[in-house]
Amino acid sequence: MLRTRIIPTLLLRNESLVKTVRFGRFTYIGDPCNTVRIFNELEVDELLFLDITATTDGRSPNLRALADIADECFMPLGYGGGIRSLADAKAVFEIGFEKIALNSAAIADPNLVRSIADTYGSQAVIVSIDVRKDFRGRYRVVARAGAQWTKLDPVDWAREVQTQGAGEILLTAVDREGSWSGFDIDLVRQVADAVSVPVIAQGGAGTVNHIGDVVRDGHASAVALGSMVVFQKKGMGVLVSFPDQTKLSAALSVRSV
Amino acid sequence: MIIVVDYGIGNLGSIRNMLKRIGVPALVTSDLGRIATAEKLLLPGVGAFDNAMERINASELRQILDRKALVEKTPILGICLGMQLLTRGSEEGQLPGLGWIPAQTTRFPSLPGLKVPHMGWNVVQPSRPCVLTDGLPQESRFYFVHSFCVHVDDPADSILRTTYGAEFDAAIHRGNIYGAQFHPEKSHKFGMQLLANFARL
Repeated sequence: MLRTRIIPTLLLRNESLVKTVRFGRFTYIGDPCNTVRIFNELEVDELLFLDITATTDGRSPNLRALADIADECFMPLGYGGGIRSLADAKAVFEIGFEKIALNSAAIADPNLVRSIADTYGSQAVIVSIDVRKDFRGRYRVVARAGAQWTKLDPVDWAREVQTQGAGEILLTAVDREGSWSGFDIDLVRQVADAVSVPVIAQGGAGTVNHIGDVVRDGHASAVALGSMVVFQKKGMGVLVSFPDQTKLSAALSVRSV
Repeated sequence: MIIVVDYGIGNLGSIRNMLKRIGVPALVTSDLGRIATAEKLLLPGVGAFDNAMERINASELRQILDRKALVEKTPILGICLGMQLLTRGSEEGQLPGLGWIPAQTTRFPSLPGLKVPHMGWNVVQPSRPCVLTDGLPQESRFYFVHSFCVHVDDPADSILRTTYGAEFDAAIHRGNIYGAQFHPEKSHKFGMQLLANFARL
């Protein structure tokens, strides 16, 4: 039986790990390598690193920091932030990451998804879609770390990037991010039902039951965790941890395939 | 020393990282001379079957690999697509595979709700004991990413099996030839054990 992947998402900002709330107000978490060692010992399913200032600073990926991470990690590794070309992606793959995530660059140039997928395979390309509700209550894709509104509807955009060769979609409800209040199940289900590639739900995890809910009712294939794996509880101090496997298994609906 | 065959496809950084971590001397190379004199070979691979076979067939690499595998009986471990290449061929492509193990690579069955590729951690069941899987705990799990799967002709060539939609061979072994469908280099202590076993052969 295939386990539902539970993926800690770690945010890099100037070589430190931070955690944000609704893409703003960040808290310092620690040194990436120390944190990664803990996740390695906890034998987590997968890790995803997002450099949250690379795009807004106009920077390419910090390859030195990523190489230090890859040396410590023996699990699937993904990276997103500032990848604007096939060459940027190649450099990240060569270090030992097997997935890259595109967000703003895919919006600016959807062909980039195709060119990386053609070279490295769809399984290596995550398209990250950040979503907010606009003043009329419609879901809209936002770019540049949430700062820039687009006219894209997340369902249409997810279909489009799947056609371009995206192998996975990381779907983030920006207004739930760091909130501990549960996932935006409607959003996740709309997107997951519209595409055949796996959707990783992100934004709002606060309890193990939230994880079960978004898999069962939102049809997410995988779940990204932020605050839950770096804080003791909402509003409390830093504690790098991972949900108890027994509780996780109980909360996740058993998939029979 | 393990020679990791670099034939232009695949993510070799993580294999190199894990072999370094478990203290196994290894060299990632496309140098035909080094491959021809290797005492142990690791054949990685991701991507399309025909693309991989074309690259292998395009140079002397094919003859060298055939000689290592079939004449010199050098231990060879194929990983992911590298394991599928050990078979006669794949439903993914038209080109014949290396054909070192009597087996076929087929599509996953088309079932409602079954997302392909098979991506994630899956538990494996031993089909028979083998040095490659020595010391693996019960409920060992490995990280898989693949859209096609291998079925051996002779059940005795299967060492690990797993289920996704249907049962398939997750690791195979015949003589000096070994294959793992999953990515040991991405599978924590389970993968480390398996690669350390291969290194000790």
